[in-house]
Amino acid sequence: MSAVQRIASRIPWAYTGRRLLIAIPTLLLIITVAFFMMRMAPGGPFDGERKLNAATEAALNAKFGLDKPLWQQYTDYLWGVMQLDFGPSMKTLGKSVNDLIADGLPISLAIGFLSITLAIIVGTAMGIFAGLRQNTAGDYSVMGFAMAGISIPTFVTGPVLILIFALTFSVFAVGGLGTYPNIGMSFHNMTLPVITLALPQIAIISRLMRASMIETMRSGHIRTARAKGLSERDVVLKHALPSAVLPLVSYVGPAMARVMTGSLVIERIFGLPGMGSYFVDGAINRDYTLVMGALIIYATLIVLFNLVADILYALLDPKVKYD
Amino acid sequence: MTDTMDLTGRKEAVETAIQGGRSLWDDARARLFRNKAAVVSMWVLGIIFFIAVLGPFFWVHDYRTISSNVELAPTFENLHLLGTDTQGRDSLARLMIGLRISLAVGLVATIVSLIIGVTWGAVAGFVGGRVDNIMMRFVDVLYAMPFIFFVILLLTVFGRNIILIFAAIGAVEWLTMSRIVRGQTLALKNMEFIEAARATGVPFFTIIRRHIIPNVVGPVAVYVTLTIPVVILAESFLSFLGLGVNEPLTSLGVLISDGAKEMQDKPWMLAAPALTMMVTLLCLNFIGDGLRDALDPKER
Repeated sequence: MSAVQRIASRIPWAYTGRRLLIAIPTLLLIITVAFFMMRMAPGGPFDGERKLNAATEAALNAKFGLDKPLWQQYTDYLWGVMQLDFGPSMKTLGKSVNDLIADGLPISLAIGFLSITLAIIVGTAMGIFAGLRQNTAGDYSVMGFAMAGISIPTFVTGPVLILIFALTFSVFAVGGLGTYPNIGMSFHNMTLPVITLALPQIAIISRLMRASMIETMRSGHIRTARAKGLSERDVVLKHALPSAVLPLVSYVGPAMARVMTGSLVIERIFGLPGMGSYFVDGAINRDYTLVMGALIIYATLIVLFNLVADILYALLDPKVKYD
Repeated sequence: MTDTMDLTGRKEAVETAIQGGRSLWDDARARLFRNKAAVVSMWVLGIIFFIAVLGPFFWVHDYRTISSNVELAPTFENLHLLGTDTQGRDSLARLMIGLRISLAVGLVATIVSLIIGVTWGAVAGFVGGRVDNIMMRFVDVLYAMPFIFFVILLLTVFGRNIILIFAAIGAVEWLTMSRIVRGQTLALKNMEFIEAARATGVPFFTIIRRHIIPNVVGPVAVYVTLTIPVVILAESFLSFLGLGVNEPLTSLGVLISDGAKEMQDKPWMLAAPALTMMVTLLCLNFIGDGLRDALDPKER
């Protein structure tokens, strides 16, 4: 069997299929609840500071289909979503929600992906370090740092990091995506948001990793490896690490989702035009279609991340059987 | 020498065991009180709680009183110990009220999630079969919901409202609780003492209340102490996005978000609420960790 075949044979296909099937009613529920919640709320997208004249309002309502009966708006919207068309934005003139998502999603995904990668690398390393030195000064300092990481909210670390690294030492950008012609995601303007978002995750991952490492180092197969006379390095890297890392895998899926939602605040602090800013602005401005689009994208991502984590878990742990 | 000491120690242990003095709970409590970080945290948290509840009644300034002394630095003059905010209100008074609101949100939302989660999980685990399947699938579906977004939607749609914040956060946090309780219940329900209770005709909800719930208290207590900080963070997260409690009420999140705007010139406006929140969350997390280690000592 080739490596590919071996991996393919370990993926729980039936389980994956069923999870994807469950995802459909989940998304449908999310769309339905959000749709009717927004429509039932007092106030519409075109109630501004000034009252629009009746003709304009009627024209706008007709343009966005708001003059149709509610159930028809709902079915029209669902039909659009099925074709991956989230409709025109009700507030940003001339842009479709698809355009806005195409602008914002790469930014949010980049921050989220970089943060979780950083968190996994640093958190795992710190956890192994602490776990191998249980109840020593090194362990306590790492765990103290981790405790602080869990207890300090990102909207405190964010401004403090800005104050230190951007305003005082001018190493990194205060926020935003730079000014012309250097617009875009760069090391200069992405470092602080990524670190801010990663810190709590580093803390949680290192705590998880430490506990798991301690448990693994006490298990029978480690004693066997030592008894065989393997070097401590081989014992840790080849025998302890693969099994110690398993609990982490099931954490990373939901963590990815948490990082994505956490980027709401990060985008606000650092003034980044990602999905999160669109969502919050859309919700405040009653931009129905934008909010719905962002919500659906977020929900889909969360479902996907959780599924990928579960499949990875099945691939890595031969003992796991999904029925 | 050491041997004899060991022996006397063991003798005492045997004696207390014979007298039946030490239950599992006594052991756990002893372990908890041996954990210095947890004990210190309990004291600090107790003081914080005391200040949040009683402080505003005794402090010379009211958190609503506006004055022309805008954005004062901390000073003993007029007893503005932490200075004043952008509207000249005493920062210490506002900090105490903010702390009170944040703690209240943490407690109430956690209690909401506790009640829903424990009932849901215990029923699902105990009844089992198809009911369990349906109930837990429902939890699975809700797990995939990006709840913070729904909370934001609710708050923008129906207006900012503290009760809504309580309920919304509580309704999100019960999911994990129900999973923990279900797992424990599944393990418990086939044990002999439950079977004995059932055989003697104890009604269904009485079994759940009297036999299942007391036995899941340990893991639930740990989860509760670790949920309170999560909830406090969630509330401050909303406040930071401008969706928190209404003026003139305030919360730690609102204060931090206001302070962050002025941090460059007036760092104390950020430092005071940020430190208060950090210490509160640290204490809660240390207590939660201590409880977990005390109730489940194998991870130490």
